[in-house]
Amino acid sequence: MILDGKCPTGPIETSWDRHRFESKLVNPSNKRKYKVLCVGTGLAGGAAAASLGELGYQVHAFCYQDSARRAHSIAAQGGINAAKNYPNDGDSIYRLFYDTIKGGDFRAREADVWRLSQVSNNIIDQCVAQGVPFARDYAGYLDNRSFGGAQVSRTFFARGQTGQQLLLGAYSALSRQVKAGTVTLHERREMLDLVVVDGVSRGITCRNMVTGEIESHWGDAVILATGGYVNVFYLSTNAMGCSVTAAWKAARKGAYMANPCYTQIHPTCIPQSGEHQSKLTLMSESLRNDGRCWVPKKVEDCEKPAGDVAEDDRDYYLERKYPSFGNLAPRDIASRAAKEQCDDERGVGPGKRGVFLDFADSIKRLGEDTIRGRYGNLFEMYEKITDENGYKQPMRIYPAPHYAMGGLWVDYNCMSNVPGLFVLGEANFSVHGANRLGASALMQGLADGYFVIPYTIAGYLATVKPGEVKDDHAEFKKSADEVKSNIDKLLSINGTKTPSEYHRELGKVMWEDVGMARSKESLEHALKRIPEIREEFWKNVKVVGTNEQFNQELENACRLADFFEFAEILTRDALNREESCGGHFRTEHQTDDGEAMRNDEDFCYVAAWEFKGVGVEPELHKEPLKFENIKLAVRSYK
Amino acid sequence: MKLKLHVWRQNGPNDKGRLETFDAPDVSPDQSFLEMLDDINLVLAKAGKDVIAFDHDCREGICGMCSQVINGVPHGGQERTTVCQLHMRQFKDGDEVFIEPWKARAFPVIKDLVVDRGGLEKIMQAGGYTSCHTGGVADGNALPIGNPVAEYSMDAAECIGCGACVASCPNSSAMLFTGAKVAQLAVLPQGKVEAHTRVMAMTEAATEHGFGNCTNHYECQASCPKGLDVKFIGKLNREFMKALCK
Repeated sequence: MILDGKCPTGPIETSWDRHRFESKLVNPSNKRKYKVLCVGTGLAGGAAAASLGELGYQVHAFCYQDSARRAHSIAAQGGINAAKNYPNDGDSIYRLFYDTIKGGDFRAREADVWRLSQVSNNIIDQCVAQGVPFARDYAGYLDNRSFGGAQVSRTFFARGQTGQQLLLGAYSALSRQVKAGTVTLHERREMLDLVVVDGVSRGITCRNMVTGEIESHWGDAVILATGGYVNVFYLSTNAMGCSVTAAWKAARKGAYMANPCYTQIHPTCIPQSGEHQSKLTLMSESLRNDGRCWVPKKVEDCEKPAGDVAEDDRDYYLERKYPSFGNLAPRDIASRAAKEQCDDERGVGPGKRGVFLDFADSIKRLGEDTIRGRYGNLFEMYEKITDENGYKQPMRIYPAPHYAMGGLWVDYNCMSNVPGLFVLGEANFSVHGANRLGASALMQGLADGYFVIPYTIAGYLATVKPGEVKDDHAEFKKSADEVKSNIDKLLSINGTKTPSEYHRELGKVMWEDVGMARSKESLEHALKRIPEIREEFWKNVKVVGTNEQFNQELENACRLADFFEFAEILTRDALNREESCGGHFRTEHQTDDGEAMRNDEDFCYVAAWEFKGVGVEPELHKEPLKFENIKLAVRSYK
Repeated sequence: MKLKLHVWRQNGPNDKGRLETFDAPDVSPDQSFLEMLDDINLVLAKAGKDVIAFDHDCREGICGMCSQVINGVPHGGQERTTVCQLHMRQFKDGDEVFIEPWKARAFPVIKDLVVDRGGLEKIMQAGGYTSCHTGGVADGNALPIGNPVAEYSMDAAECIGCGACVASCPNSSAMLFTGAKVAQLAVLPQGKVEAHTRVMAMTEAATEHGFGNCTNHYECQASCPKGLDVKFIGKLNREFMKALCK
């Protein structure tokens, strides 16, 4: 089937304005009759729930943490992009639009990206009004820094805690609506099913993580803002609780999963220190503003302390390969370059899987205090984890899974192919194409939540009768029974290996075969291994405790069961996409100097997969991508 | 290295609770404290025993989920460090380690080391915001805010809402938590408008939900993983007095 993204036609500059005007509205006095469920309270979900509450809808918001303030958006460090052009350095909505399309390696929809760029400016204003303490200069004006993939300074920041501050802004707005009675919060709840009645999304089934009670919630619309899925690799920069479960349950109920193979491996993470590792820690990309990446030129120098390697014997590989962007090359390119150096046996540190990020030159030029002022908290974090002082010796970094560009398929209204199911933020696939630029995730989350969904959801709700299907419908009971029997099954297996052991096993296959470099051979190997591990898991997993208690082993087992099914679809997508683009690198498709080689002739489309059953090949639906404003070109950062 | 752990086990808010002892026979100095507990739980799970429940999520010191008192100190006593960022190189071979949940009347235990911090939510809902609607606000640069004011506000905004301040306080006071939010917003022009109503509403909610008053022990500052200064309690008191006199 050919999918239609329902993008507005005509001049792109006015596309969002026209679409807003043409969308149906819900009368203010009718809004309170509609109930909207919002799953996830990060930047996208929190902003959506707060904004819809302000408009007068009855909103129910759900999160698995004990507070809406703890969603993983909080960990974003570096900043948020906007096309304000405050520094007078040539930025514009068009340039942000262009950089995002190009950064995404021409695999995103033009109309969606235009809208994102347009509303980016409103986001900054909104956050300032909420009291987000962005960095300011001495005259009192907002400060900017640079980020990868752009040649202008358009990134707004609040020290190294931008995600935290923006999330607290959204959480404040949400708290205000809780007080006002428009939003009801359900913390420590995990969505375990989407309830679909006659093809329309009508509610969710979730588990109360304290009591184990399986709850049914009906809503006239359901919003999923449940983040990304890179914990499928086991070791990633995501929080331990991040999972694909909510999105995957929707996929099992008919929502299409789009471009799952587009995963971002972030270049600046702290390398793994041993087998005990439970997660990897990101160091903000903003460090590349002042840090220089290098490895020794000679293999024999790799064991030496960095200070003993002569200047002439250092290979500043990013500056060498990409002179115009240098250390600020986009993430996919910087990550692959780091991997190349290590594959070439010039890596440093334990296992030789690391490269240096060196601040010596910047400290000489600006002084240690300036560097501390910019990145102090990151240096502190680095020292706590590695016991090394980044001011005195270069940091060691290595790429790690960080972000999912792929996600549930949505149209221009952020609605999936299941009517009534909306998907926001990282959980959808829409704006980042095959690679996301730094400081754009925060921008997308808040754009979707504050400025897109309040308009587009009205267009849908205006066409449905409020409360037409409630939780007394038979489908709710059926869904709850299925969830219960799934949990009972997991608890009854009583095998020999724990969920975390199986998660490590799956992660190893995914990282080695479906990680930074993929080939037909490795992908086929993964497609053989994943079902094997999955089948073993269902025969031999040991989940201790009961459902009727606070049970983290059970939570992990439920999430992992979904990762197994999802991992297969991710791998199939990677196998289908016979090209290299952005974060998806197929070793068969590269130029002579190792750069990604796209195939626009055959693959300039969104791959949306329809679930057909466990272990059954999913059906591929395509949405062709049209580039009418930006010419398809080979991406170059040289 | 080898450690002996004494871990608080409690099955719900009405259970009496007790310390249970575990051996940690093979701890790597590069492990984080939570990774060390993961290893203990792996052994327990494989033996079919109930694992130690503890809250955690981001494991990079920012989400504020961790809630463990280690050797009597919330987050374990390393300066400006959450439990997840505490690494085992801070301990030495043969150490005995006591691990307990946040202890405060306002934080009932859910299980083992997991507590209910809902009271902090109520304080925020009472007034921890500016009452601006989405859309229709002024340009971000319309209102210049001097760098020192912005920095002061940011210092206060660093709070991660973990509740260590409450857990360390003999009065279970949430005044550092409350003061940080009050101070962050009170110094900014956009937050000043509601400064009086905010401080009254938030302090009232704190009292209502079982948090005590400050009697200047400064334990909160010492245990705060973000190093929040007690000057924000002073600011809270000043804002409160200003609102009273109004």
